[in-house]
Amino acid sequence: MGAAKPRKPAIEGWFSMDADDPRLLGTRCTSCRTYFFPRETVFCRNPACSGTEFEEVPLSRRGTLWSFTNNCYPPPAPYVAPDPFEPYAIAAVELDEEKMVVLGQVVPGVATSDLKAGMEMELVIDTLFEDDEQEAMIWKWRPVAA
Amino acid sequence: MANEVAILGVGMHEWGKWGRNFVEYGVKAAKDALEDAGVGWRDIDFVAGGSTMRNGYPGYVSGATFAQALGWSGAKVASSYGACATGAQAIDSARAHILAGLCDVALVVGADAAPKGFFAPTGGDRPDDPDWLRFRLLGATNPIYFGLYARRRMEIFGATEEDFARVKVKNSRHGYTNPKARYKKMFTMEDVLASPMVSDPLRLLQICATSDGGAALVLSSMEYARRRTTDPVTIAAVSTVTPSFPNHVIEMPNFATDSAAATGLPETPFKDSIAKAAYEQAGLGPEDLDLAEVYDLSSALELDWYENIGLCPPGEAERLLNDGDTTLGGRVPVNTSGGLGCFGEAVPAQAMAQVCELTWQLRGQAAGRQVEGARVGLTVNQGLFGHGSSVIVKR
Repeated sequence: MGAAKPRKPAIEGWFSMDADDPRLLGTRCTSCRTYFFPRETVFCRNPACSGTEFEEVPLSRRGTLWSFTNNCYPPPAPYVAPDPFEPYAIAAVELDEEKMVVLGQVVPGVATSDLKAGMEMELVIDTLFEDDEQEAMIWKWRPVAA
Repeated sequence: MANEVAILGVGMHEWGKWGRNFVEYGVKAAKDALEDAGVGWRDIDFVAGGSTMRNGYPGYVSGATFAQALGWSGAKVASSYGACATGAQAIDSARAHILAGLCDVALVVGADAAPKGFFAPTGGDRPDDPDWLRFRLLGATNPIYFGLYARRRMEIFGATEEDFARVKVKNSRHGYTNPKARYKKMFTMEDVLASPMVSDPLRLLQICATSDGGAALVLSSMEYARRRTTDPVTIAAVSTVTPSFPNHVIEMPNFATDSAAATGLPETPFKDSIAKAAYEQAGLGPEDLDLAEVYDLSSALELDWYENIGLCPPGEAERLLNDGDTTLGGRVPVNTSGGLGCFGEAVPAQAMAQVCELTWQLRGQAAGRQVEGARVGLTVNQGLFGHGSSVIVKR
């Protein structure tokens, strides 16, 4: 029996791997207080602001479902689609404090028929794909249990 | 009127999957446009190319590629790329040169040879490219975004699958006799609703394909036009505006919207701002339109466009469709060409094709799909990375 493959984030620095309180990692301009995800670290993208200093902020873990859809067919590379492919949902979730909408896959087992705009969703960390070396992890959304 | 340029000629290579080099389609369209204009290639002062990202280097330098294929003439050149707005950017480039008095007569040309199936990002590992990452990390294809917008209409406005299918049926009737359309087939509601689901709620027949195609226009100053013709069709406005911060609607190829937490929302959302800028340039409003060509990447998206160009308030688009207002014979026919549903998308040529359709309509040359007495038309589209365009054509 070999050791379990290491779990690595599929992209560095975009989210925390904390099992109890996983968060997307954004930044906030120290001048105008605008949030950015994915992280902005050089020049503030608010055109009215010339800020160049950013603080790292974990984004809200929960949000409201803005809309949703699914992939019935495997997306093309560079997506690593499992074989056989199982359709999966994608959610656009609105974060209340940050006033932004963030996309993410929906956890396996939750279909579009289970979703409704306005539902509360929360962030979790789950497998994106596995290869010989690692289990690549990514953020996903799941409905908050009623 | 100030700031108008004349459309002397238009030409299109039939859209399809011909398996040939993109340059050939563009040259054919260009030669047709030149003949339509009664202008010789060697009289063209300026070539504005619409570039393609999927055909290697020659596609990036489209203006020169077409100029060489037509035969080097020493004409000035510029190439534009703006995703789905490419064609309008090329039109605007030529228009600006003409209005500045830097050239009398220009050729605008774009063409594509498109891959099969989903558009995929540029090859290789590109972890700094949002367009690469959205596939890698999410599997967020273009239809995913269209599906999100369609589902939103259902959740917020009560739109149904049948409403979306009705758009496809309408457009298939419009495009059925269009000689330039790829899909010349009348679909029924049953056909559409039986096609396989791709990105719920959108089915295969509700999502536009990718196509080969080429389009071209010959534009000139009004003074040059008046020496050759009376009552030319003119371009009264071109909008190529970008969003205003914060852009708060999720768009290709992004993972997230801008944050409105610190700044509040802009006065006009991006999609509404595109046609608004064109109306302002032309001194016109949605009530002045006789017809419109809108970018039906999905049949549901056409409904969003009715609202974005001001034909009706938010939530009313389905009523406009179901009342027949946007069908040929109705108050403001939309996509008489048949739209992307009948063409599929040939990225750099598509915005040009929208203008070609309006030109034929305003000249009374759209047999089988003619809008009687058309005098004012509007095109609109949106492309990834913050692109959008709108052109107003008048007579």
